[in-house]
Amino acid sequence: MSFEKFLFYAFSAVLIFAAVMVITRRNPVHSALYLVLAFFASAGVWLLAEAEFLAIVLVLVYVGAVMVLFLFVVMMLDVDQAAMRAGFIKMLPVGILIGLLIAGEIFMVVGPGTFGLDQVAAPERLPADAQNTAVLGSLLYTVYMYPFEVAAVLLLVAIIAAIGLTHRRRGDATKYIDVAKQVSVRKGEDRVKLVDVPSEEKMELK
Amino acid sequence: MLENYLPVLVFIGVSMVIGAVMVALGFVLGTQKPDDEKLSAYECGFEAFEDARGKFDVRFYLVAILFIIFDLEIAFLFPWAVVLEEIGMVGFLAMTVFLGILVIGFIYEWKKGALEWE
Amino acid sequence: METILNFWNWLGENFILAQILIKIMAITLPLMGLVAYFTYAERKIIGHMQVRMGPNRVGFFGYPLWGLGQPIADAVKLMFKEIVIPTGANKFLFLLAPMLTLGPALAAWAVFPFDEGLVLADINAGLLYIIALTSVGVYGVIIAGWASNSKYAFLGAMRSAAQIVSYEIAMGFALVGVLVASGSLNLGDIVMAQQGEGGLFSWFWLPLLPLFVIYFISGVAETNRAPFDVAEGESEIVAGFHVEYSGMAFAVFFLGEYANMILISALTALMFLGGWLSPFPASWVDGVWLLGDGFHWLVLKTLIFGFLYLWFRATFPRYRYDQIMRLGWKVFIPITIVWILVVALMVLGDVLWWA
Repeated sequence: MSFEKFLFYAFSAVLIFAAVMVITRRNPVHSALYLVLAFFASAGVWLLAEAEFLAIVLVLVYVGAVMVLFLFVVMMLDVDQAAMRAGFIKMLPVGILIGLLIAGEIFMVVGPGTFGLDQVAAPERLPADAQNTAVLGSLLYTVYMYPFEVAAVLLLVAIIAAIGLTHRRRGDATKYIDVAKQVSVRKGEDRVKLVDVPSEEKMELK
Repeated sequence: MLENYLPVLVFIGVSMVIGAVMVALGFVLGTQKPDDEKLSAYECGFEAFEDARGKFDVRFYLVAILFIIFDLEIAFLFPWAVVLEEIGMVGFLAMTVFLGILVIGFIYEWKKGALEWE
Repeated sequence: METILNFWNWLGENFILAQILIKIMAITLPLMGLVAYFTYAERKIIGHMQVRMGPNRVGFFGYPLWGLGQPIADAVKLMFKEIVIPTGANKFLFLLAPMLTLGPALAAWAVFPFDEGLVLADINAGLLYIIALTSVGVYGVIIAGWASNSKYAFLGAMRSAAQIVSYEIAMGFALVGVLVASGSLNLGDIVMAQQGEGGLFSWFWLPLLPLFVIYFISGVAETNRAPFDVAEGESEIVAGFHVEYSGMAFAVFFLGEYANMILISALTALMFLGGWLSPFPASWVDGVWLLGDGFHWLVLKTLIFGFLYLWFRATFPRYRYDQIMRLGWKVFIPITIVWILVVALMVLGDVLWWA
């Protein structure tokens, strides 16, 4: 067995182990951290397939950004464990049914009937100095320009949705700092106010 | 290409091991005499009232979500920057439109006050 | 000499792993030493800025030697300290967190070129690898804050995580600017793209000046250093995410923080100040000893940025949290987006004198 193959099996084993742990751990923080491990392992597998750009972007976007949000959520929301488990048995048949449906769909899409070396020819090996970032770039912004712009629109929708869901301005009592106003304060007129105070009359001490 | 990544893999492993060894060294060399007071969480002299992990301001989630979106933008910019000279003006305009659409979102969140902290 | 070289080649052919490990040690051990003496430099330099002496007692063999033994004494002291694990803490995650801080700070050096061709792993996607690793660094902070089960640690971790992710965007955009100018993700190629007849005026700091400034300031914010150190603001939340850490567990956090500072300094030197390139045009100093390109220039430039870190700390008062978020989102991000397009136009229009 070559070293590459050994690495492939090692990464795959870690990936499957981590994925199983994600769905079996009781503590959601542990699940999220196992998911991080799963992403690392799949980045390793992708790297072995010589998809270096995708592998590193997987770590950058999923581990570096998406999982940070996940951790924020599971760490800071008091998820009531008991309430979540209450309907477990009742919902189990539905859950199993949906699980089977999804598994069937996945099997139909990437099963041996449509996938594998006898269906799709193995891609040609890239020359050693090929940069797949560059290859990707030369296609994405020219041939696939339209889907690329659609992605921008999707992200725009995501921004608006996120703000719509989570953002609320506090009551009027909260004071915000307007930096522009702060800076535009003039030293003479705005900061110091000279007031003429009539001198008080002397009091007689008794 | 793959052989270039072998040192990277080894380095990641070694750097984790270095951290682990140092912590282990601390356990071996340092005296371990735990007692109740020492092990209680630091809280200005009071007993801790409740579990320290709790609900938190929703704005931190908003920051994290917006971060994801901008991070994706960066991921899109990387291949573009590498091949810019090859794809020329067409590529530049494609990216201008892409960034333009996202700048609309950015202006929206600015005007909505989502970037405001008081 | 010959036999050593032969042995080295033989090692590379037969035990490539051993060869790689030796190379890694050759990077890591000097780095650790540098980190130790960076803490000494910090205390000494800030001391002098505040008209104090700084550490000046602990020396070697009975001589004080300006306190040069201080970092070693500190390390030994920390080694013999007890590691306290709080009762409510999650033991495994509590101990994992410092490793997750130190790990990425060290592993990033794998793709760092020290001189022409002198790099451990010459990968095409070097810059991408660096930015991915820095984005992983935030885990140490979050996990430490959560696993400690302490209010201060939790508050510090949340503040710090939101701050780190905010500045990561500005940093990423600044790096895209470098990428547009150089046209390559390989760090060695990025340096070579800065070579030109103009000497130091061919480096990227000039055409990318806004990105250069933003990158370094974001780097300071990313490493939670003053004036962006609200994560550990000792007057508010004691020490932030690492209140509960002691002994070696704390030392590893500390090492990670300083290793990150050195990394950011070195990366800034590499991407904006031409790395190992000499500031003089090659035609002037051809063959002159020490004035040509070389590793020593990289060290010098890195030390300049390291000094800036300390200078900032001694000079600026701490930012307020709303000011930090405003600077990151409302100032840095718009500037970087605009400047990326400006640089792209410069590249396409061949305005840049090095292209």
